[in-house]
Order: sequence, then C-alpha cells, then structure tokens
Amino acid sequence: MNRFLLPLGLFGLLVIVLAIGLRRAPEKGVIESPLIGKPAPQFVLPDLLDGARQVKTGDFAGKWYLFNVWGTWCGECRAEHETLLAIQASRAVSIVGLNWKDDDAQALAWLSQLGNPYEVVAADRDGEVAVDWGVYGAPESFLVAPDGRIVRKRVGPLTREIWEREFLPLVRGAGVGG
Amino acid sequence: MGFRLHTGLRLPLLAALLTLASTARAIDPSPPLADPALQARYESITHELRCMQCQNQSIADSQVGLAADLRREVRELLLEGRTDDEIRDHMVARYGDFILFRPRLSGRTAWLWLAPLVLLAIGALVAARVLRQRARLVDGDTQVIDRYDGSDRP
Repeated sequence: MNRFLLPLGLFGLLVIVLAIGLRRAPEKGVIESPLIGKPAPQFVLPDLLDGARQVKTGDFAGKWYLFNVWGTWCGECRAEHETLLAIQASRAVSIVGLNWKDDDAQALAWLSQLGNPYEVVAADRDGEVAVDWGVYGAPESFLVAPDGRIVRKRVGPLTREIWEREFLPLVRGAGVGG
Repeated sequence: MGFRLHTGLRLPLLAALLTLASTARAIDPSPPLADPALQARYESITHELRCMQCQNQSIADSQVGLAADLRREVRELLLEGRTDDEIRDHMVARYGDFILFRPRLSGRTAWLWLAPLVLLAIGALVAARVLRQRARLVDGDTQVIDRYDGSDRP
C-alpha cells in the first residue's frame, strides 16, 4: 500500500499542474504586457488627418482614452472597426488611433469609407512608437487612465462584449469611486 | 590533400554552395555595422530575442516586419553605446520576459529555473530508495549462497 502512495501522489501533482495549464489554454498566444500599470510611453508623431499638426502623449492627460493600433493591411482591424464606431458613439472614452506602418493615403481612404471613430490618429510610419508600446500584432488596444497609466490591454479585435465586460467597468468604476 | 572531385561535379557543387551562401545573409538585409565588435554583439543579441509574431524564431532569423523593426531598435541602441544588459532591459520593459529566449532569474521566473533542480532532487531520492532496497535484496541472496553446502539435491 505504502509503496504506491508516493507515485500516486506525484501523479496527482502532475494532474493538477496540467489541469492549470489546460484551464489557461484560452489565453494561449496572448502575452501579458509588462506595461499594465505603467505610464503610457511618450511619443510625438505627425497627425494623419492634419499633416501640419503633431500628436503627443501629453495631449490626452487627465482623461480616459483608448489607444488603438491599426493598419489598412490588417484584416482583423476591419472586423473591429464597427466596435470602435460604437464606442465612439457611446462617448464613453475618446479613441486615439496609431496607424501602424501604413500608407497615409490608404489609411485616409479607409477612414472616409468606413467612418472615423478616432479623435486623432498618429501616423507611425516606421513602427518605432509601436515598439515602445510593445505592440506585436494589430489590432491592439490599450485603455489609458486619466493619470496616464495603462490599465488594460487587448491583443486582437475588440468586440462589444469584451469592451463592455473588461474595459467599460474600469472607466465607470473609477468615475464612481473618484 | 588527396581530395578530388570529378570534373563534371565541380560546377554544380560550386553553384549549390553559392546558392546556400546567398541565403545565409538574406534575412537581415541591413548592411553590417562599421565596427566589427558592435556587429558581433548585434548578431548575438538579435539571436537572443524572440520574434513575437513567429514565436519560435529569433528576430535575427525572421523576415517579419516587426522583427526588422526590433533589429533596427537593437542597432540604434548599440550605436547609442548601451550595454547588452541595457538593451535586454529595454526590450523586456516593452515586451516582457517572453522576448528573451533565455529568461532571467526573477520572482516570476524562479519556478522555471528551480523546477529542474527540484525534479532532479526527487529523482535522486527515488533512485536512492530503490538502490537501498536492491542492496538489501542482494545481501539476502548472499546469505543463501553462504549457507549452500555444495551438495546437490534432487
């Protein structure tokens, strides 16, 4: 009896470890950002919609905003676009776009065709700012709090469900609690 | 050396080797850094950093656009005079521990490094137990042999 106890115990331990792994399987491929809780990276980029102007991180200090990384070469971004328009219509937060390694003319055509959910769009033509934000695939969305810290990140398209379940409560919760 | 190829084989072989040589550098199209020491560090660091889009390749081995951006970042940091560790920190601050193929020892990765040692210790304990039991069995056997008086019985 005793001689089976140790192997059985070890097997039980293995089962527990593997069960935890399986439970976390839906998150597979999504790498947690080390930027959560940290101040949003600083940048200064040309404004896609008005070439004479610049977009800076400091422009949005003191308010909630959603920093959304997109490109016209990104199919999932098209799927996400409707959600962004809905968020804009709800006026919950303003959306700042980062047009990642894209062609300006194509990006402008995209916005005039599909509608523009962005308050402002920064043109990151060579992808340097995206690297600072730890972006590894579009679309990616970061929720930034009024104090300038990143509080949430989504890799992959935002859906209304995810927005309402994972993002909106953070904005609302902070509003009530002060 | 007494090594000779059949004349008819020389040209095809040369062609094949030249083809391989050209693909060896094709992934990173940027010209090497002027300082050979910097270039050596550049190559070693880019082989240590994971391409986040194609997770089993290093940024040195990947043709993906993001890998090229990260190579450019490493290059710029090297030219700014940053140390290898500073460059690794710079990348980890943006992309997390996962970007390093050889994760560093920290609170979060301790189990990664310690688990093999723990497993080794468990294995050693089990092996020691089994060996001790076997040794006891062998002792018992010799006693039987000692008592054998040499006479054959049916």
